[in-house]
Amino acid sequence: MIEAFQQFFIDLAAAAPRWNFVFFHQEREFNRVVTGILVTLQLSFFCVILSMVIGVVGAWLQGSSSKFVRYFVQGYIQFFRNTPPLVQLLFFYFALGQFTPTYSPDGWLEIPIVSNVGWAIISLSFFAGAFNVEIFRAGIEAVPQSTQEASEALGFSRLQTYIYTVFPLAFRVSLPALNNNLVNLVKTTTQAFAIAVPELLYQSVTIWNDYPSALYPTMLLLFVVYIILVGILVLSMHRWERSMRIPGYGI
Amino acid sequence: MTWTTDQPIISIKDVHKSFGSLEVLKGISIDVMKGEVICIIGPSGSGKSTLIRCINALNDIQAGSITVEGQEVHAAKLDKLALRKKVGMVFQQYNLFPHKTALENVMMAPLKVLKEGKTEVEALARALIRKVRLEGKEDSYPGELSGGQQQRVAIARSLAMRPDVMLFDEVTAALDPETVKEVLVTIKDLASEGMTCILVTHEMGFAREIADHIYFTDRGVIVEHGPPATFFTDAKDPRTQEFLSQIL
Amino acid sequence: MRLKPIPGVSTEASSDLPVLLPYDAKKGAVPDSMLFTRWLANMPPWTPLVIFAVILLWPLTAHAAYSYGEAMDALWRWMPFLVLHGFSFNVLISFLAMVIGTALGAVLGLAQISLNPTTRRFAWFTTQLFRNSPWLVLLFIVLLAFPFEIQIGGVIIPIPDWMKAVFGLSLPIMANISEVVRGAIQSVPTAQWEASEALAFSRQQTLWQIILPQCAKRMIPPWMNWYAILTMATPLCSLLGVEEIITLSRQAMESEDNHPELLVPFFGFALLIFFAYCYPIARWTIALERRFAVKL
Repeated sequence: MIEAFQQFFIDLAAAAPRWNFVFFHQEREFNRVVTGILVTLQLSFFCVILSMVIGVVGAWLQGSSSKFVRYFVQGYIQFFRNTPPLVQLLFFYFALGQFTPTYSPDGWLEIPIVSNVGWAIISLSFFAGAFNVEIFRAGIEAVPQSTQEASEALGFSRLQTYIYTVFPLAFRVSLPALNNNLVNLVKTTTQAFAIAVPELLYQSVTIWNDYPSALYPTMLLLFVVYIILVGILVLSMHRWERSMRIPGYGI
Repeated sequence: MTWTTDQPIISIKDVHKSFGSLEVLKGISIDVMKGEVICIIGPSGSGKSTLIRCINALNDIQAGSITVEGQEVHAAKLDKLALRKKVGMVFQQYNLFPHKTALENVMMAPLKVLKEGKTEVEALARALIRKVRLEGKEDSYPGELSGGQQQRVAIARSLAMRPDVMLFDEVTAALDPETVKEVLVTIKDLASEGMTCILVTHEMGFAREIADHIYFTDRGVIVEHGPPATFFTDAKDPRTQEFLSQIL
Repeated sequence: MRLKPIPGVSTEASSDLPVLLPYDAKKGAVPDSMLFTRWLANMPPWTPLVIFAVILLWPLTAHAAYSYGEAMDALWRWMPFLVLHGFSFNVLISFLAMVIGTALGAVLGLAQISLNPTTRRFAWFTTQLFRNSPWLVLLFIVLLAFPFEIQIGGVIIPIPDWMKAVFGLSLPIMANISEVVRGAIQSVPTAQWEASEALAFSRQQTLWQIILPQCAKRMIPPWMNWYAILTMATPLCSLLGVEEIITLSRQAMESEDNHPELLVPFFGFALLIFFAYCYPIARWTIALERRFAVKL
């Protein structure tokens, strides 16, 4: 079965030399594609989680009574939203990377404790997190003061009010915006290419450098994978949105 | 100082409150005994709602004192939790938690604030929902209930904290005329069971029927007060007379 | 044409309860495509000073081997070159990509509201495809899949990489402008279409004489917003070897023996110059948006 599948693409490559689906009949190239997809998924997954954590904590801190804390969060947002993510990546990896401590497993090699994948996750999460802070803050502002007062009148503390009342409501309101931002984040993970993170784009470039005949198939693959990835994200976010819909309200 | 039932359960003495340069309360004093039902009436903007929000420490005051069961509400080290266990409040806009069912709304405070066991709290909540005559609506979300039903859930939610005093802030003002009655009946039940109630209301007929004492406020002061029997018929002050003539 | 909304069915359920206030996208959240411009415009004007201070102070913390003065000297020497040959090229790329993207996007946006279902579906699919693909992937694909020269009647016209980059960047712009056009046209109340139809305007006439004049102004702020995003994306071309500011900065650092102390001043300078270029645009966009909002 698998051999017939491989043979089909070998025949196709022979018949149409520009359509060499090399990753369907060469194990090494197949593994590259799989690694690329896995790294892209890994990047996307950790960045989505981390950026949401940053968003929640940042939005909470923005309501802080300390001016210093609020200015700090504001400064963070301004810096990370105002700079191209590509330059951020370069800045984190090259400029800050030179100051990270290293360890040496064999006495010769010096391996930095944060790898390029690590820097990509950190940099992209901070980038998307800055947007998420604003998204959640707008959501929190959509929760009326009177609902907060009601929970206060029932004896809830500020933190309890945030956890049980304000955030669950704010989160629902924020979901469509969050959805957009996360799609954007998944698309931005390709820029980790700049610091040689072996994600799908990087692997694709390696493949078509090795096999110029595989150029079009690899591009097709890139398109298909990203459309599927974004599609899955959008669908599951919509589903989540629906499952959290409050009966009787427009949201 | 310990509080005994022969002293006022709520004692408001010469309370002043301003928002910026706007003085809303200009020296208000009211004593409420346990089991009494007090109605505060008056034109819009006369400071009625502000006053009862001060009792629950939702607003602070600039001068004067408010004590609940002998405890100063506006002390620097107020135990807000203890105060709010004693004083329940129902709002004009119900302010239910829209993402929780009616039952969950009622259960939430005892579970999360008082940290009581789930089985007792659920039994209590079901009993309260029965009490406000909403059997069968336990699993409905606020958005699926009418205004009057939501307001009754809000009353049950406050009662779940087993307060000694209930504050009602214009609870029927946002309701359709048809549903006003079902909420008033619920409040009447409560009052007849001996719950101390303070109501800010525009329902004069209801105030007359239920109140032990009526206070009329205008521009931040109490103009006149008295038991309903005399208040509505022999109002002395021209401001009260004018207000009553407009509203009755 | 949109279906006439039926209150309570196709419009949002209304509630008299103040349970949730309207989600205020204007304060800077993503659903709104103007987000980027909005926060850029809201940024305090002293931001470049802070960035500049970081650039100046950073080398102080660096190792003594290569001094603060030397790093700044290097940046100073390279600055005219970086601006004149690097950043001006970014601006040129962004201009051309915007022109192409706008022209294609306008056509695609109009196709999205075509009465012909095939045209409409094709336009929708193209829009979604290019809106949801990573910009970098589009850039690579255009760079590699397009010929490096074309032959027209015996004349060979070479296509340099930067021209392909322009085209690659114009694709996502096209898709997003298409959405801007569609959104703006659909934001005109249905009653306008019906009124013109009742006055015997043809569909074409209605579109060009009634609808578009009403919503043209509405499209300007989001259009400028996309220009700012596009400008911020031009450093991506450096990954393809186009000699824009990031590529030249790296070359400059190499010729200065790659001292790590140079990284922060050089990349910081790049941030600063992007900020200096985009900030006035963002302020202007927000001002325009506000002005148009009052009139509409």
